[in-house]
Amino acid sequence: MNRMSAPGLSAATAIAVVTGLAAPAFGGPDDDELIINGDTTIITEAPAPDHMEYISTIYSGWRFRTDETQALEEDDFDNPAMLAVDAALEAFDTVEGDAGESCASCHGDVESFAGLTAHMPKVGEDGNLVVMEDLINECRTDRMQTEAWKWSGDDMQSMVALIGLQSRGMTMDVAIDGPAAPFWQQGKDMYYTRYGQLELSCANCHEDNWGNMIRADHLSQGQINGFPTYRLKQAKLISKHNRFRGCIRDTRAETFAEGSDEFRALELYVASRGNGLSVETPAVRQ
Amino acid sequence: MAEGVKPRVKVPKTATAGEAITIKTLISHQMESGQRKDSDGNAIPRSIINRFVVDFNGENVLDVTLEPAISTNPYFEFEATVPESGEFHFTWYDDDGSVYETTEPITVG
Repeated sequence: MNRMSAPGLSAATAIAVVTGLAAPAFGGPDDDELIINGDTTIITEAPAPDHMEYISTIYSGWRFRTDETQALEEDDFDNPAMLAVDAALEAFDTVEGDAGESCASCHGDVESFAGLTAHMPKVGEDGNLVVMEDLINECRTDRMQTEAWKWSGDDMQSMVALIGLQSRGMTMDVAIDGPAAPFWQQGKDMYYTRYGQLELSCANCHEDNWGNMIRADHLSQGQINGFPTYRLKQAKLISKHNRFRGCIRDTRAETFAEGSDEFRALELYVASRGNGLSVETPAVRQ
Repeated sequence: MAEGVKPRVKVPKTATAGEAITIKTLISHQMESGQRKDSDGNAIPRSIINRFVVDFNGENVLDVTLEPAISTNPYFEFEATVPESGEFHFTWYDDDGSVYETTEPITVG
């Protein structure tokens, strides 16, 4: 009798294991809520914006991370990116360049930037699509008369994070119509274009396979509401364009340059896929 | 000389008597190990925080010896029981002789 019952048991166990693997939540978002410093509630789950056809609910990348990584973002004291933000706050008040001006000379308190990041990128008065890095470098070269910062340099990304932090908790709402429409369409076309020897588009991973595992990692929806993001792997703030470049490189393609018009358009489109989530920068990821 | 050194601490403002509170500390410091070489092959001299001390109302709470393998921006998180209102005193000792200090009050009610 014992001999007969033993195989029955193991078969039951095997079924349980298989069911566990097939569960849709495997590698998907968890149910945690993100409240930073005990007072700022971050929207990490929202109905997808109308323009998205294939995804019904959007999730912040925070929901896909381990509890340990998530905890680093829940308290600013633990968030390693805050050291960079502090450095940017000093730079904000530092006079540089021939004009003898600092950021603070014109902008006063950095809190005056509250809300700006939630609507970036946007189309400027000259009809070009501008992202935060463009605004910062324009101020540096035109008004402060000093050198432009390198796109993904520590100075630049710390400042982008500092300005973004002023909008943390506000809902992402980038405009995709009117003058932004052609740029948005260009970005969308890029999102669905297969690049590289591996012939992968952004959508192949972040739309078709989010919530699945990509090797040992949880594949998120590729939201950029947390950028610039502190990546533990690189131990520094990573720019959106650096991340785009990394993804396209991983498809074994020749990538676009950081600060290229292509990446500006892609940034607008990807940001619009996060309309409804909170601005989360500076986020912490694996 | 270490540059950009800035101590940061986080202590709850209030506690109940005998409660174990969590204290978080971080000092931004490059923690140069002394093992690395520059592009010319010369050793970069060691420059680290070598000791970290926490006192509460004159009584020692924590005394840590830091070694060169500790990475940049050393972070300490620990628990302490507070019997009465008072002040936490944090001190970091640098290889170059600098001493960085900060204090944080706590009210027990």
